[in-house]
Amino acid sequence: MTKKNDSTFKSRFMSWLSGENSPLDDELESIVSGEEEAGLDMLSFERAELEEEKLELRRDKLLLDEVAESRRMHLWAKTKGAKWLNVFYRTTAFILCAAIIFFLLSTVVALPPFGAEDNPYNNEVSQRYIEQGIPETGAVNFVAGMILDYRAFDTFGESTVLFVASCGVIFLLKLGDHAPGKPSKAMLEAEYDDRHHEPKNDGILQFAAKFLTPVILLFGIYIVLNGHISPGGGFSGGAVMGAGLILYLTAFGFEKTRRFFTYKMTRWISVLPLLCYAGMKSYSFFTGANHIPGGVPLGTPGAILSSGFILPLNICVGLIVMCTMYTFYALFRKGGM
Amino acid sequence: MIEWIRFGLTAALIAGGLFFFLSGVVGQYRFRYVLNRMHAASMGDTLGLIMIMLGLSISHNDGFVIAKCLITCLFVLLTSPTASHLIARLEIATNEHPEKEMELIRK
Repeated sequence: MTKKNDSTFKSRFMSWLSGENSPLDDELESIVSGEEEAGLDMLSFERAELEEEKLELRRDKLLLDEVAESRRMHLWAKTKGAKWLNVFYRTTAFILCAAIIFFLLSTVVALPPFGAEDNPYNNEVSQRYIEQGIPETGAVNFVAGMILDYRAFDTFGESTVLFVASCGVIFLLKLGDHAPGKPSKAMLEAEYDDRHHEPKNDGILQFAAKFLTPVILLFGIYIVLNGHISPGGGFSGGAVMGAGLILYLTAFGFEKTRRFFTYKMTRWISVLPLLCYAGMKSYSFFTGANHIPGGVPLGTPGAILSSGFILPLNICVGLIVMCTMYTFYALFRKGGM
Repeated sequence: MIEWIRFGLTAALIAGGLFFFLSGVVGQYRFRYVLNRMHAASMGDTLGLIMIMLGLSISHNDGFVIAKCLITCLFVLLTSPTASHLIARLEIATNEHPEKEMELIRK
């Protein structure tokens, strides 16, 4: 066996990777050659050759046996084994499903009757929400009053989770740094890579997006601003607005979107509403805990300018959700904005 | 009398729309190639939905409901063919041997 570039570990590893030789081969070779050198006279040499032939025959026989065995196993797996597996699989699946159905149904049987007066969910909390919700929060939509007034801290945590998620995506996927309004080289390369698979300058999509984007954005803004009056709120409206932005981006590309929605602006829109939220809720928590009148008028329930902090909080949450959706899409697609 | 005519029209239109949806579902499972299946699916999205919305707006003699149905039809007519067009374009762009599936006229 020729040994080339055998000096360093790296070269040996590379040659082993490419299948030229293996460390085991070398060892076997060296042992055999050592025996040959030891047996100097002709007789032992012949005997060694004979032994070797015998060994080779035995090895061939073993190999044949092994092949036959593995064929038999494969055949078994394909015919009888497959049948056994099928039976086992079906039986197990049936037992599992039956058990799950039994436990769930027994739970359903143990439930209290629907709509009974003494059910656990008819407690003082929901009574308080229904009776005092509108006078205390000023929001006609109970859900908005709950998530942005009674449980505003929880919603603050959710918004922070969204913010942290978009931060993580930016850390992991952002490609290079570039001057504002100018794509970096890595971004151009990424754009070149998927030029086949994306609808670039597609006339039909652009025509549809020209009509749909303003409508979708307006609808999202409507949902956000009416969060305390009708069903909706910051999360759903922000998702709708983000979808409108994504549609515009898909139709017209990054260059046109960058004219009104840059990376810098995304950063500001992600951070500022969160700070506003924190500030407003800190104020209302502080005044509420110390029994100081907050000085925020609740207004008449049902009017657009009512219900204290709920409207600005809805706007904050909507902006955060919109930015998160847009950031996710832009960064997963191109690694930049 | 007019109520019965309205009921009959509504029933006929909704049944027709359901028929188109059903044929779309059957086509999606029976056809093999993407574009054929897309054709079957988008039939329900456009014609079936328009027929159902028409039937609903006939049954509700209310201007607001009719306007809502019309707007729904308009938006679905704008969005669904656009989405189908994009999927078809992606299929043509990524399929390496489209001539195996259909007759191609290369220009």
